[in-house]
Amino acid sequence: MTTTTLAALVPLLPFLGASAGLLLGRTAPGFVRPLAVVPTLASLVLAAVVAVRQGGDQAINAATELTPTGSVPIELALHIDGFAALVAVLVGVVATCVQIYSTGYLREDPRYPSYAALVSLFTSAMLLVVYSGDLMVLLVGWEIMGICSYFLVGHYWETPEARAASIKAFLVTKLGDVPFLIGLFALATDAGSFRITKVLGTVASGGLDHPTLIALLLLAGVAGKSAQFPLHTWLPDAMAGPTPVSALIHAATMVAAGVYFIARLLPVFEASQAAMIVLAVMAAVTMIGSGLAALAQDDIKRVLAYSTIGQLGYMTGALAVADRGAAVFHLLSHGAFKALLFLAAGVIIHAAGTNSLAAMSRMSHLRDRVPDAFWTMTVALLALAAIPPFSGFFSKESVLGAAEHVATGHTEHAPGAAGWTVLIAGVVTALLTAAYAMRLWLLAFRGRGAEAPDHGRQPLTMTVVLWVLAVPSLAVGALAYRVLPDWFDGRDLAPTLTTSVLGTGMALIGGIVTYAAWRHTTSLAARVPLGAVAAHPEGDAAQVEAEAIASHAPVYGGVAYAPDPADPGRLLLGPLHRPAAVGFHLDEVYRALFVRPVQGGASLVRFLDREVVDTYVRGAGALPRWLGIAVRRAQTGNVQTYVSALLAGTVVLAVAAVLVAMGA
Amino acid sequence: MHLAYPAVLSALLFCTGLYGVLARRNAILVLMSVELMLNAVNLNLVAFDVWLSKTAEETLHSGQALTLFTITIAAAEIGIGLAIVLAVHRNRGTSDIDKLRDTAESHDTDGPDHDALTTGQAEKAEATA
Repeated sequence: MTTTTLAALVPLLPFLGASAGLLLGRTAPGFVRPLAVVPTLASLVLAAVVAVRQGGDQAINAATELTPTGSVPIELALHIDGFAALVAVLVGVVATCVQIYSTGYLREDPRYPSYAALVSLFTSAMLLVVYSGDLMVLLVGWEIMGICSYFLVGHYWETPEARAASIKAFLVTKLGDVPFLIGLFALATDAGSFRITKVLGTVASGGLDHPTLIALLLLAGVAGKSAQFPLHTWLPDAMAGPTPVSALIHAATMVAAGVYFIARLLPVFEASQAAMIVLAVMAAVTMIGSGLAALAQDDIKRVLAYSTIGQLGYMTGALAVADRGAAVFHLLSHGAFKALLFLAAGVIIHAAGTNSLAAMSRMSHLRDRVPDAFWTMTVALLALAAIPPFSGFFSKESVLGAAEHVATGHTEHAPGAAGWTVLIAGVVTALLTAAYAMRLWLLAFRGRGAEAPDHGRQPLTMTVVLWVLAVPSLAVGALAYRVLPDWFDGRDLAPTLTTSVLGTGMALIGGIVTYAAWRHTTSLAARVPLGAVAAHPEGDAAQVEAEAIASHAPVYGGVAYAPDPADPGRLLLGPLHRPAAVGFHLDEVYRALFVRPVQGGASLVRFLDREVVDTYVRGAGALPRWLGIAVRRAQTGNVQTYVSALLAGTVVLAVAAVLVAMGA
Repeated sequence: MHLAYPAVLSALLFCTGLYGVLARRNAILVLMSVELMLNAVNLNLVAFDVWLSKTAEETLHSGQALTLFTITIAAAEIGIGLAIVLAVHRNRGTSDIDKLRDTAESHDTDGPDHDALTTGQAEKAEATA
């Protein structure tokens, strides 16, 4: 088969798997698991074959126009360069791991068939986004991902948190998607085509008339999808979904789609200096803010969610300094280790029966209960904190190196101010990242108190994939930075000495300071008993997690907060702790700016409907009713009256007929 | 005999019957008035049939045939009518048309519930009496 055919099959197979899963889910439950895993695995193999055949050479382009669509044609187009080939492999790997993990994680869940089908559909949409060479087709995949995310976040729809989070995720991303759509139209109008190759050709020849406007409109959509400030608030709440969904959609792939989109169209953004500055500031605010917030979260998954936002900030930072190679390198390594972190967190939540770090810090021997999760999570946290020689170190250093390169004025692609902004924010975030990674590890695995409950071995499907994902987190980075430039733009991704020393030093400082703070506060833990565990510890992991999410707010007084004086984050953040725990009150700002006006408008509409429109309707009904009352009075029950009326009518008719006949 | 005599006679009969139907209170008298009107029509039919058959070459005497039909049907009608009046009289103790106003629309409220309620109360009152 030709490479083009193989590439077309890559998004198609999971789509067929999803359709079959949705159709057969109730009638043939035995086929659900194979239908979930096999198409995803097959498309991973095909994506790998496509990547090998493409080999980082000239981009593969193929297009077919199904039907003429008016002024700007929409084509089914493939555009596979080194970025697309490698990102597709990452999506395939993570999706396969998540599907295998889910068979264990949701093994007793009655809604597993629809869940697995939606994950397959999501995988298909993401692969479509990755391979598509046409912006409209890309948008189709983009929106399908959004709706899959909505359904999967609301998987535990019995809990109010999940319902609220799914609606919030959908609305906030849509807030960005509307400007995104307008931006795509504007871009296509300027370029005369939706094809990425033609758009890039137009940009190269300087044919773009409104670069700043287009870039800023597109940035809104990217900020929504990739959870960048100020549209990031949906991502921490989206952790109310099942852990595998958080791993696949809200950490490794979908949120990376925005970054990937900018990487594809980077010349469009480079055409506008203002857009690059905005991108850099957005990345800097996102990185530092999310680092502080992650340090104050109590829910283990929310810590990881804020960490995802911060790492996405690194990627947008790399794009702000016009180095898409570094951005996609970080995307790849982050996809691997963040998926691993989430899946390991799922195992830990199952074993501990709670998602609260405060409760975990009062359990001893938790790491002996889940040795696989302990070791792989340690690897992934080291990668997250960018400690050499783990993969996160190399990808993060390539970002910092690119920023330093721009800041010192070695390139004309990006403004120097953007370089400085990203560099300083990146170094500060390295400190914060190491601090919250250290806090997470200490609270989860170095707890003291009652022994953690023993639920026996975790399912094999859940532990094996952890080790599969640990391999790229552990080893690939050192190899990748030498190989990847051949696949990407050819720019050097090797870590530079200055930023390496600076970044690693900050990370070490962050880790050591957190450890010291933990030593200082951990003695308080025994004095303040705290915590609640799931009521059904023998249930499958999904049920335990749903109970943990549902009970967090009633037990601790908030989904993100726990009144735990033994938390080292509380000591480190000081007065910032309370605002950081609630995401710096951004939700309240949105409530005042958007939710309240919309609710006010809704009540106004309800008033108008009930008091104005209904009045007309009731008035229209009243007139016939009065007529009916008047006519009913004629019905007296006296037959002779009726006959008299009949006679009178007959006489009138007869006289009229006679008059007409006589021609009067 | 000139056509005017039977025509005037039948007009007088019809007006008498019409007056009876509209003005009499007793149901039996009303029925008798209906018979008068029917017979006025019969008289008309026969008279005009004879008048027409004088000029026509061949005739089927359809007017007289129709009269026979009318007489037959009137006999059946009066039988049923008298039976109904008899039944009503047995049931209500009267055959006064002015008092047989059950189909009248009640004045106070619309809706059948009210009527059902009042008839229910009336039946109960009858049962106790």
